[in-house]
Amino acid sequence: MAEIKIPDDAIDGEIVTCPDCGTSFELDISQAGEKTIKAAETVGEDWGE
Amino acid sequence: MVYDLVRLEEKAIIEAAKKRSDRVELKIFDSKDLYFDLFEQSKIQETFGNVVLQRCASYFRNLHLTAVLEGKGTRVVNDLNSALITGNKLFMSMALVKEGVPTPRTKIAFTQDAALKALNELGYPAVLKPTIGSWGRLVALLNDSDAAKSVIEDREEMFPLYHVYYLQEKVKRPPRDIRAVVVGDRTVAAIYRISTTGDWRTNTARGGKSENLTITKELDDLCLKASRPFGRGIYGVDLMESEEHGLLVHEVNNTTEFKNVMAQSGVDIPGMIVDYLIEAAAN
Repeated sequence: MAEIKIPDDAIDGEIVTCPDCGTSFELDISQAGEKTIKAAETVGEDWGE
Repeated sequence: MVYDLVRLEEKAIIEAAKKRSDRVELKIFDSKDLYFDLFEQSKIQETFGNVVLQRCASYFRNLHLTAVLEGKGTRVVNDLNSALITGNKLFMSMALVKEGVPTPRTKIAFTQDAALKALNELGYPAVLKPTIGSWGRLVALLNDSDAAKSVIEDREEMFPLYHVYYLQEKVKRPPRDIRAVVVGDRTVAAIYRISTTGDWRTNTARGGKSENLTITKELDDLCLKASRPFGRGIYGVDLMESEEHGLLVHEVNNTTEFKNVMAQSGVDIPGMIVDYLIEAAAN
């Protein structure tokens, strides 16, 4: 099983990537500070600047 | 700060706020977790503080979240009017033309036939852009009328937004454009964005490289003039160096990315943004 590194300064919603398969996940940090990952949003047609 | 995508920019703004912790308390909100009761008033202001920096990458999320916050009395940077107008290339172009800002020749049409007539007047090659969208997505280079017919026929099968044909001259220019960042009343940094991939588009989201650019008075004046119709705020102004007409503003971005500008210019843009917010909160 691959290990996904979470940066020390990671914030809620940050994208992390599996080093084995390249899949992107979104970091979910609870109010208690517990970190979990969930499927990341795909790039939307309206994303930009 | 409200956001949906954590980029280098958002993390740099958080760091800049930490350095100014004696003057600012930054709260961060992932917009994907937010929901609102439109009948509530006090809780929204209490939660979000004096001023909200809008950093959502999704245009529709950005626009509608700004509408809620501003509608409930919270100051948002940039504000709803700015998000609404700059988020739509037609509205933005009309504002630039009205302000007398030099900008590429642009035509608008609403049917296939009218678009082809407009293109005949504009001349080929020309560029078709969606009125809403970014990062060069679905921007098409129309080299001749056959290419135009093919692309427009495809667009006719798409969502009605893509039946609004925003057509622009393909400006003769070097294979680069300029991105300048405006914070408040100053153009704080600028870079050349140079295409190195053979792509005719110069959006750094599509690859390419960037170089620092010294801000001349002409560039500063033009960037401030281009951002003026949208109100005081934080903008990314895109310009082209036309062989015929000199500097032309082709876009003003409302939730600007600035990591390349920051890296090439060495200017502390996130620090300037936080200082601007502190000033906005005080006024």
